[in-house]
Amino acid sequence: MKKVDVAIIGGGPAGLAAAIGAKRRGIENIIIIEREANLGGILNQCIHNGFGLHTFSEELTGPEYASRYIDEIKKEGIPFLLDTTVLDVTPDKKIIAVNSSGLIELEAKAVILAMGCRERPRGALNIPGTRPAGIYTAGTAQKFVNIDGYLPGKEAVILGSGDIGLIMARRLTLEGAKVKAVIELMPYSGGLKRNIVQCLDDYGIPLKLSHTITEIKGNERVTGVTVSKVDEKLLPIPGTEEYIPCDTILLSVGLIPENELSKNAGAMLSNITGGPTVNESLQTSTEGVFACGNVLHVHDLVDFVSEESMRAGESAALYVLGEQAATQAAIKLEPAGGVRYTVPSTIDPGNIKDKIDIRFRVGNVYKNKYIAAYFDGQLELRRKRLVMAPGEMETISFPKEVFDKYPGTGTITMTIEG
Amino acid sequence: MNVKEGIIIYDVAIIGAGVIGCSVARELSRFNIKTIALEKGPDVSVGASRANSGIVHGGYDAKPGTLKAKYNVLGQQMFERLSSELDFPFKRNGSLVVAFGKDGLPELERLMAQGETNGLKNLSIIYKDGLLQMEPNLNSNVYAALVVPEGGITSPYEMAIAVAENATSNGVVFKFNCEATNISKINGVFSIETTGGVFESHLIINAAGLYSDSINNMLSSHKLKIIPRRGEYCLFDKTESSLVTHTIFQLPTDMGKGILVTPTADGNLLVGPTSNDINDKSDISTTAAGLSEVLSKGSLSVGKLNKSKIITSFSGLRAHLGYDDFIVGEAPDVPGLINLCGIESPGLTSAPAIAAEVADIVSKRLNQAENPNFNPVRKGIPYFRLMNNEERKAAIKENPDYGNIVCRCESVTKAEILQALRSPLGTSSMDSIKRRTRMGMGRCQGSFCSMRALGIIAEELGVDITEVTKFGKGTNFLNERNKESL
Repeated sequence: MKKVDVAIIGGGPAGLAAAIGAKRRGIENIIIIEREANLGGILNQCIHNGFGLHTFSEELTGPEYASRYIDEIKKEGIPFLLDTTVLDVTPDKKIIAVNSSGLIELEAKAVILAMGCRERPRGALNIPGTRPAGIYTAGTAQKFVNIDGYLPGKEAVILGSGDIGLIMARRLTLEGAKVKAVIELMPYSGGLKRNIVQCLDDYGIPLKLSHTITEIKGNERVTGVTVSKVDEKLLPIPGTEEYIPCDTILLSVGLIPENELSKNAGAMLSNITGGPTVNESLQTSTEGVFACGNVLHVHDLVDFVSEESMRAGESAALYVLGEQAATQAAIKLEPAGGVRYTVPSTIDPGNIKDKIDIRFRVGNVYKNKYIAAYFDGQLELRRKRLVMAPGEMETISFPKEVFDKYPGTGTITMTIEG
Repeated sequence: MNVKEGIIIYDVAIIGAGVIGCSVARELSRFNIKTIALEKGPDVSVGASRANSGIVHGGYDAKPGTLKAKYNVLGQQMFERLSSELDFPFKRNGSLVVAFGKDGLPELERLMAQGETNGLKNLSIIYKDGLLQMEPNLNSNVYAALVVPEGGITSPYEMAIAVAENATSNGVVFKFNCEATNISKINGVFSIETTGGVFESHLIINAAGLYSDSINNMLSSHKLKIIPRRGEYCLFDKTESSLVTHTIFQLPTDMGKGILVTPTADGNLLVGPTSNDINDKSDISTTAAGLSEVLSKGSLSVGKLNKSKIITSFSGLRAHLGYDDFIVGEAPDVPGLINLCGIESPGLTSAPAIAAEVADIVSKRLNQAENPNFNPVRKGIPYFRLMNNEERKAAIKENPDYGNIVCRCESVTKAEILQALRSPLGTSSMDSIKRRTRMGMGRCQGSFCSMRALGIIAEELGVDITEVTKFGKGTNFLNERNKESL
C-alpha cells in the first residue's frame, strides 16, 4: 500500500487550492485524485465570466480561473491522477480508487475531501406528470452545450432560479433556443442579484416568482408544462394553472454536497448543509480528515471556495507536521434567529492565526437587519446589512484578539436581529 | 415449422414481451417449437413489467381456488432456482402484513387461514413487541402482523431481461416495434399484421398485458375488457433501504394490497402503489394527489420516511379485468388462441408457473419433443458494484474498461455499458442500458453520466450522438450540434 502525506479527493477548484495550500506549508508527498479527464472540475463548463473578482481583481471565465490553479499545480510539481474514481475512504485514512490500470490502494496521513456537489434531481421535488425525454438538470445541460457542443432542445422552461439555472437561461438564448420562463417556487430568487440582471432582465426572460411546475406533459418528448402560482405555504393555488408549451425542462433546484465518501470516512454530517461539520481548521469529526468547497457547504463564489480550501490544505499540512495546537476546549457556534448554519461549527482559538471567517446563510430575505454575535450571551458584534437573502452567503470575521477578550467562552450565538 | 411462399410460419407467436411473454418464450424454448415474440415497444419489459412493486408474493392474499392462488404459490417456489439459473436478483426477505389496532386481528387471522388453505406452511402472527424487535422503524402504534417468510423481492425488469435473453439464446426470435394491428385466421393459420410486418403462426399466446383485451377481441366473440389500474410509487435513495428489511404491507382492500414499504432487490426503498382505475392505457403519468397519498399512507407504516430522499417517482398500470382472477387458457371460440389476460398482481410472482403451464399445453398440442440443446443457464453482466476488490482487480486486468467508472452513483463501468449494448436482444436506448446496468439509476439520476453514456452508445453503434434516444423513436436526448469542433 502506497503511503502519502496528504490525499486530496477531487481536482476541482477546492482540491486544487487545497493542494497548493498543503504544498506551501511544506508538504511534498501529495496526491490529487480526480475522476474526470481534466483538472478544474465544474469550472471547465462555466464559460461565462465573473470568476476571480475577489482573488485576482479581474473577471475571468471558469476555465481561465481554473487554469491559474492548474498552472500552479504543474509548476509546483504536485502529482495528480485523472480518470480515477475513489471508491472508499476509511476512518483510518485508507483510500481505494480505481482507474483503467487497476485498483489503487493508498494510506494517507491526512485526507482532504473536495468532491463538490451534485444537482437535486426531479425526484426530490416529486413533480407529477409523465417521464419523457427532455428533462435535464441545468448543469447537465450546461455540459451538453459548453463542453460537447450540443443543444438539448429549442424551447425551454427552467425550474428554479439558482445561479446555474440563470446562467443557462442566458446560454440557451445565446445558442439559439427560446427560454420561455424561469419558474421559482419562493417569493425571491435563489441566485445572485447580478445573475438575475445579466442573465434574465437583459434578455427579456420572465422570472415567475412564487410559481412552480405542477405537471409535466409529453409521452415521448416533453411537450409542455403546467405552471401554477403557490400560496404562502408553497402549495399550488387551484385555478392559477397556465400551460407553457416547451420541448425542454431544465431543473436548477438546489445543490447537494456529495458526501457518500465522507460518511465512509466516519465524518459527521450537518442536517442543514448536508456537508460535514468542521472546526476552525476545517477538520471533520474524523481526525486528520478535512473538508472544503462545495462538499462542505454550497458556495456562491468560487473565490471563497479557493480561499477556504487553501486553509484546509494548510491545516492538513500542520496536522501532518504535528504543528496543530493542542486541542483546547472548543467553542461551539450556535446558529439562531434566521442564521441557518455556520461553517465552522466549532472553534479552537489556539489554531487561529490572525482572524477567522465565519460563513453562513440566512433562511429568508431580510432588509435593514443586523447580524449579531453573542459570546456566552454577551453582545460582541452587531453589523447592519441592507439586504440578506438565502442565495447569498454571508461572512463575518473575528480577529484573534476577540477570543482573548472572552477566555473560556462556551458558545458563540450567531443571529439576525433588529 | 412450415415454410410457405417464403414466409416462415411459426409454431407459436407470443404477443407481448413483458415478464409473462418472456417467461412463456423461455419455457417454450425447452421444446422443438419455433417461437416468435412480438413486442410493440422498443425492448422487453417496457409495460407493466417495468413499473411495479417487484414483490414475490407469498400467496396468502389470493382467494383459495382461484388461478391467482394456484399460480402465486407455485410461482413463488420457483424463484430460487430461476434466479440462480438466470442470474437476476431475488431475495426471500419475508413479508409482514401489519395491523394497527386490535380490530385488525380477525383480518390477519383470516389472511393466515387463507394462506394456509393456499398451501403456505410457515405463516404466523406476531405481536407488537416482537414485531418492533423485527422492524424497529415501524410506527409504535402497530398491534400485530402476519409474518410471511415465503415473501420475497426481485427486480421485475431484470428478471424479464434475463428470461428473454435465455429464451433468445435457445432459439426464440424477438421482434420489437411490432404492434399487432389486425389478426385473422385463414386455413388454421393466424396471420398477424403488425407495425413491423406480417407474421404467421399456428398458435398465439396472448400476453399483451394491458392490451390483451384488444388482441382477444380481434379474434373472439367473447369480448374482454381490461381496465388500466394505475399505481404510483416513490423510490428512495439507497441510504434509506435499511429502514425496513421485510416488505411491509397494510391490510388489503378491494382495490389491492395497499401501500407497501419495501427494500428493493437493488438496494433502494420503494413506497407505493396507489390504486386508481383510469381510462387511458398509455397514461403512466404521476399525479400530485397520488404521490401525496403514497407518502401519507406509507408513513402510517414507517413514520421516518424522509421526503427529501426520494430520487424518483413513477407510475405503472395493472391490467385489471372486471373480475378478480387471471384468464389462463384457450379462447372458447378460437382454437389456438391462448389467452393470458388480466395478469395483474400477483402476476410477476405467477409468471414462472403460468409459463410452465402454457408450455405444457402447447407442447402437447403441437406434439413436439424436448429441445436437446436447451441450456437453462444465462449469465448476466458481471456488475462492478457487486464485486469484491480481488474480483475487481481481476476484471480490470482482463478488461481495462472495468476501471472506467461512468455512473458514479451506482459504480457502473464502461465495460458494463458495452456488454449491455452487445447483449443478445440488441437494444440501444439509454433506458434499455439503464435497466441492464443501473447506469443513471442512482441518486443523481443521470446528471453526471448522461453525456459520457451517450458518447459510448453513439461510438459503439456508429451513429451520431444526436441519434441516441431515451427510449426509442422521438425520444432523442440531444437536439442538434450547436458548435463546430475546433
